[in-house]
Amino acid sequence: MKIFVCLKQVPDTETKIKILPDRSGIDSSGVKWVMNPYDEIAVEEAIKFKEKNPGAQVLALSLGPKARVVESLRTALAMGADEAIVINSSESLDAYLTAKALASVIKTEGPAHLVFTGKLSIDANQSSVPQMLAENLSIPHATVVSKFAATPESSTLERDVEGGAKEVVQLLNPALIAVNKGLNMPRYASLPGIMKAKKKVIKEIEFSSLDISAKELKVRYSEYTLPPEKPSVKLFAGDSSSQVAQLVSCLRDEVRVI
Amino acid sequence: MSKILVFTEFQNSGLKRSSQELLQFSAKTGRHVVALALGTNAGNGAAQLAQHGAKEILLCNDSAYDAYNPELFAVAVSESLQQTGATLVLASASSSGKDLFPRVAAKINAGIISDGVEISLVSENTGDEVKVKKPLYSGKCFATAQFENCAVKIVLMRANQLPVASGDTTKVATISEVIFTKPSLKTIIKEIVRGASEKLDLTEANIIVSGGRGLKEAANFKIIEDLAAALGATVGASRAVVDAGWVGHSLQVGQTGKTVAPTLYIAIGISGAIQHLAGMSGSKVVVAINNDASAPIFQKATYGIVGDAFEIVPKLTEEFKKLLQH
Repeated sequence: MKIFVCLKQVPDTETKIKILPDRSGIDSSGVKWVMNPYDEIAVEEAIKFKEKNPGAQVLALSLGPKARVVESLRTALAMGADEAIVINSSESLDAYLTAKALASVIKTEGPAHLVFTGKLSIDANQSSVPQMLAENLSIPHATVVSKFAATPESSTLERDVEGGAKEVVQLLNPALIAVNKGLNMPRYASLPGIMKAKKKVIKEIEFSSLDISAKELKVRYSEYTLPPEKPSVKLFAGDSSSQVAQLVSCLRDEVRVI
Repeated sequence: MSKILVFTEFQNSGLKRSSQELLQFSAKTGRHVVALALGTNAGNGAAQLAQHGAKEILLCNDSAYDAYNPELFAVAVSESLQQTGATLVLASASSSGKDLFPRVAAKINAGIISDGVEISLVSENTGDEVKVKKPLYSGKCFATAQFENCAVKIVLMRANQLPVASGDTTKVATISEVIFTKPSLKTIIKEIVRGASEKLDLTEANIIVSGGRGLKEAANFKIIEDLAAALGATVGASRAVVDAGWVGHSLQVGQTGKTVAPTLYIAIGISGAIQHLAGMSGSKVVVAINNDASAPIFQKATYGIVGDAFEIVPKLTEEFKKLLQH
């Protein structure tokens, strides 16, 4: 029984984003790359599933420039994944092509009993790949999942929707689960885990060897900009009552937001 | 003339503001606007679709569509596109919009751009040239996204980004009652558990009052809730207080929480970690209340008060109560 977990490497959340002079993208020099925080939760859930279901095997899968992406795959192995696969590609693939490539590899290496992913990656913020991947694999999906339990036949989960509401959903397996924060606390890799992970061979697949045309790219980004600079803050002086009165008056009369 | 299909959403019988924005924007482009309306709430509220700019309404007044189900809805959208020949789809970047449309895009080989904050549409010989400005890295930067190689283009816009005027009750639309194929479903919605709050979600809220670690302990979060109640605002929080368990993750604003774009964002006892500043960078007016004058939040604030939140916030709540009662 194969459990796939798809992960992406992203700039650490501490990263201060700089734009290239021609505005074609971000300046990635000096960026510290880490596993997307939501994908860590996906890896943890896949490993927890394996612990409860002897015979399950966890395969970590990532797409991107292999030289750096393998580091995040090693982290997944150190946490407890059994195998790792990297699809080597340039950085410029969109969600559509990424989901095609992941589906193609999962079909070859699978069949998948479950696929875990993060609900979104904190770089592009599209939250598209999981649902596209599920469609490409012809399996049901649920996103923003904060509770999960599975029987061999189905997965029962809670997903967070608007206004703090939750949906309780049952998916017939095989299924794709895109996880939210709150589902679990990802474990730290143990030292023996890290040592073992170093020895494992990460399988490499070239994106160009898959039967997918990079010409099918559907979305392209340009004209990167930083958020507009805010004018300096207006600080209110006086005692607290006076500060409050000045603030309320500005909100009402100057910017008219209340 | 190319057609725009607008995926509309209702709350009770009211057309959501985000759907009004999309219909009005679409009508202004001069294109033929088709509204897709699913479920019994839509059946009761269909007249509003015409008032906001729909020329044609595809109405599926069937309770099977009252609860969102990605497999069921993906078929309905795909069949609407086949039926109308629309080449541009606009929907809100709501929970269901974001869950549904990537699946639709994969099904019909369409392109999708999510979380748009600005959109422009220009007619070219080759079809519509659509440009969408969207935040990346949760708002640390923005980029313009454009489509290539796709017959159908899907854009999910964030709420509160497009102007909305009151509906024109003299406008009418043709209503087609439609029935879509119901596939055998592998997704079963068991239950919908309503949230404790009936307030707008953070991602749609017009006013947000957020609290952080400066409030010292969970019980003190009440001053945030009181201020939010006085303003009719939605409550938010920094990661520190979510991790401390004071409030649920659904309230977290930031790079591993929600990216928000309200008209007014009031940050109380929040120092302004880079991840939090990213998540709130789309706010129009920012008020910071913090006892540390060197806190980074003040660099992103429009107005600031350096002082004790426990003294200032209750006074602010009283002021707003007085003001908004009249």
